Amino acid sequence: MAQKKESASDPESKSSAPRSNHEPAAKTKAAAKSVERVTAVEMGARQREISVSEFFTKNRHLLGFDNPRKALLTCVKEAVDNALDACEEAGILPDVTVKLEVASNGEPVAPSQASRFRVTVTDNGPGIVRQQIPRIFAKLLYGSKFHRLRMSRGQQGIGISAAGMYGQLTTGKPVKIISRIGPKAAAHFFEVQIDTKKNEPLVHENKQIDWEQPRGTQVTLEVEGKYQKGRASVDEWLEQTSIANPHVRLIYHTPEKETKEYPRTYHELPPQPREIKPHPYGIEFGMLLKMLQDTKSHSVSGLLATDFCRVSPQMADEICKAAKVSPDAKPRELKGPVAETLYKTLQETKIMAPPTNCISPIGEKAILSGLYKQIKGEFYTAVSRPPAVYRGNPFIIEAGLAYGNRPGDHNKPQQPAMPKAEGEHEEEDSELARVIRYANRVPLLYQQSACSTFKAVLSTSWKNYGLTQSRGALPGGPMVIFVHMASVWVPFTSESKEAIADYDEIQKEITLALRECGRRLGLFIRRRERAASEFRRRNIFELYIEEVVDACNRLKGGTLPKEKLKAQLQKIAATRTGGQKTDQALGKTSTGPEGLPHSIIVTAEGVEGETELATRVEADQATAAPMAESDLLDSTRSVDGPALKGESTKGTGVKTSPKRTTTKSEQIALVAGRPGAKKKSDGKSLKPMKAPGPRKPK
Amino acid sequence: MTTKTKKTTVVEKKLISLADIVIHAADRSKDPMFQIPIRALSNVFFNEKKGLIEMGSKKQERSFFNVGMAKRFMQTVLVADALSELQRADLTTSLREIYYRTKHTIKDSHENTFDAQDESDPVIEDLEVSLATLREELHVSAENRGSIVGPVVFGDDGDRVDCSKLGKGGYSVPSIVEPEYLEIRRCTADFVLLVEKGTQWNRLSEDKFWRRYNCILLTGNGQPPRGVRRLACRLHEEHRLPVYVLVDNDPWGYYIYSVVKQGSINLAFESQRMAIPKAKFVGLSSADPERYELPRNVGIKLNEKDIARAKELLNYQWFQKPAWQVEIKRMLASGLKYELDALANKDFQYLTKKYLPRKLKEKDWLD
Repeated sequence: MAQKKESASDPESKSSAPRSNHEPAAKTKAAAKSVERVTAVEMGARQREISVSEFFTKNRHLLGFDNPRKALLTCVKEAVDNALDACEEAGILPDVTVKLEVASNGEPVAPSQASRFRVTVTDNGPGIVRQQIPRIFAKLLYGSKFHRLRMSRGQQGIGISAAGMYGQLTTGKPVKIISRIGPKAAAHFFEVQIDTKKNEPLVHENKQIDWEQPRGTQVTLEVEGKYQKGRASVDEWLEQTSIANPHVRLIYHTPEKETKEYPRTYHELPPQPREIKPHPYGIEFGMLLKMLQDTKSHSVSGLLATDFCRVSPQMADEICKAAKVSPDAKPRELKGPVAETLYKTLQETKIMAPPTNCISPIGEKAILSGLYKQIKGEFYTAVSRPPAVYRGNPFIIEAGLAYGNRPGDHNKPQQPAMPKAEGEHEEEDSELARVIRYANRVPLLYQQSACSTFKAVLSTSWKNYGLTQSRGALPGGPMVIFVHMASVWVPFTSESKEAIADYDEIQKEITLALRECGRRLGLFIRRRERAASEFRRRNIFELYIEEVVDACNRLKGGTLPKEKLKAQLQKIAATRTGGQKTDQALGKTSTGPEGLPHSIIVTAEGVEGETELATRVEADQATAAPMAESDLLDSTRSVDGPALKGESTKGTGVKTSPKRTTTKSEQIALVAGRPGAKKKSDGKSLKPMKAPGPRKPK
Repeated sequence: MTTKTKKTTVVEKKLISLADIVIHAADRSKDPMFQIPIRALSNVFFNEKKGLIEMGSKKQERSFFNVGMAKRFMQTVLVADALSELQRADLTTSLREIYYRTKHTIKDSHENTFDAQDESDPVIEDLEVSLATLREELHVSAENRGSIVGPVVFGDDGDRVDCSKLGKGGYSVPSIVEPEYLEIRRCTADFVLLVEKGTQWNRLSEDKFWRRYNCILLTGNGQPPRGVRRLACRLHEEHRLPVYVLVDNDPWGYYIYSVVKQGSINLAFESQRMAIPKAKFVGLSSADPERYELPRNVGIKLNEKDIARAKELLNYQWFQKPAWQVEIKRMLASGLKYELDALANKDFQYLTKKYLPRKLKEKDWLD
């Protein structure tokens, strides 16, 4: 909060104002030469300051408001990011509710047709003190995160106020905020807008109200938007957010009046990232000049030792000596070539990498539980790389994989056996893997191909790990690849934070993480293939024994003791297919995935690996079900019994497959039918949901 | 007719013996296994004395509890069952019907017992070989492909078939021509002319070539089917008729001749019954274009497949006679092949009126 107040002294005057004074001056001279009609004085009268709000009003695409669909997502994203950052900083396990409603004036409009939406995001965070509310929500570049080197989702203090401004611009409606800082404090309700000329908040409404929540913040924006499911949709973003933030409980009320719940499956807050000072390698010359001006130290060596991380007083003296600067020189007097020498020396001196407690990785277990919760697969693994540094900024790369179709989802015998005619063959899946990308736990949905993570995925030779991969393409197969970059400063390629820039150090770390994931996947695939071929063998024999016995019986004129022959042959089959050895390969007897750390393997028999984690996730999802039910009670739908609860939260699932039955004994199938586990429309998601229970043959 | 029923039981017993193999192996907890002679070049040899391609003694084992063979094994038992059904019902059927009879989807799966006919056909041949029975004895017929015309009288199902009184269409050679199915009642011909192509057979038949030269005209429309080969063999053996073969001048024509003469690799086990070691090759020879002044422009350029096949033929033991080496090499050197039909370039009736009379007169044939 102290940080916020400092920056309150209009940040834009530093950046945009001086520039607008210098440039036109040069222009005027040039103009005077060629065109006589307009005088410098007249032109000067037209030159004036541009407020940052005005600038962004015209350039909203820079902030992710290019089109209505993306704008809707950006609004949700900014509000949720803020909520999560606030909760985490305050040490509260976040409960966030996102509600999208169609805002129609008068007649009801279908969500897919609507052009105006009300976005409401509610959190259980620390709340905001009354005085700060207008500026946080209605002043661009106002916030606590820009001026410090600490990992957080938001970085610049533009997001939520830009969303508010976008709403104001497209619907004319103010941002509505309710915030309460504790059960004893009153809840405040605000309606604010931005004065775009001054980049200052205009408060329309400010009153105390009764609010059922003891603590937290609720933001409501009314914006022009377009709701469409599928790739890069709000639904996808929330689902992916839930994967990378399993410590968050997320409830999503869709515009179609369905409720999806993403339960909390990881019950620890990520460790608090520390704020750090800049590392000498991470600054540019101009930055050093500014630091020399702004420092509170009275000597250069003091500045080096106190304003940078990893520079000891002793090292500061050495650097000064090497740069031929007196350690006691006054920082403000260091100018021109001397400062430049100091900068060069700083860059050449060997300095320890910055401390890494300023970043808090998601962690392998949390990634696993996130993936396990949201993606149905057979194999999960996660890798957290040790911290590394690019341009003096520490960062951590984490990668994860979810692979395969969960057993029971596509067990062949469960599907109606449709006799095949001549020339018909089984269709093969030619599905490609899907990459989900994160920066500081925030999913990145746009500009995939420009992103360093995506490039690293492409350049990894997945063929080495038993997958198919065409040249320059994603690997084939039912797989989700998860890549997360955590850093105090994520180098985005643009302000709208869509892709991570391609630094060699970053690329290298991503590649190493992916390779480790791939190596484990390769082990799993090979092991599974071995088991599968044994299984196939046994299966083949079992299928054919029946045929052979029947044929022999007919040959013998129907006098054969069929059951006896069958039993005899089956016995031979069992001994021929390696008996116990097969069981082992099939994972029936072994205790865990050998040599596969931080992995979960799901088989038809159960879960292995980080089983504790998996059962925990399932338990959480199970307890989440009744909650989802109560959510549903106010909607019109009625639900039959508790076994179906989980699915009803999936909304359309209930309508389209009412015959689905879930038996409690089928643990895996139960998971597959869990709430909100899957968006239905997303064609790229692992496998469209299939009925977990046996289907009725036609 | 008594012989017929007796044979049937023999065949049926043989088929049932397959079931016994399974039952006995199961009793002893052994992997049931069929021994099937190998039908490939690696397991045939040329018996120079007899002038026949004979099958060697190499056998493959087809066992049930082997992933690679399990399906084949199952298919073999299924086909055996279908064949024994034919025996019991005393019906004759086609390869294709056997395929449909044995095709079904295996319980609780997407898998069919057979996906296409080319899976069931080899199984039938496997059974023929391993049970040492003929396809005819198994009551399986191939297509009726082939025609015969000439001074010969058959008894077919009690009907008298006089092949000299069947116009230019002739008699369609049945697939099974064993004596119990087809009786040769009378034969006054001097020789048999086996023509590769139906078109040229039509020409000869229309021109009543058989009447002038007192011969039997036989065709198999391409590679002669078993019925035609067996019938030629019977006429040769039972009535001492020499057999002349008239084929296109290309590697495939040469091979057709060799199959008639020495037997085929695939059916080497039936050579004894089908091959005619004394058969002669009358044409078209690679020497004929020059001798009969066929213009070069009625030739067809040998393609890569032709050349490769010709080179294979050069290596076959039964093409090692110097005359044959010369014949094939001459074709390769010219780079051209000629169809029988190309003779029409000179005259529509050139084959009937000039070519064959001169060939027969000059005894211009290869052995």
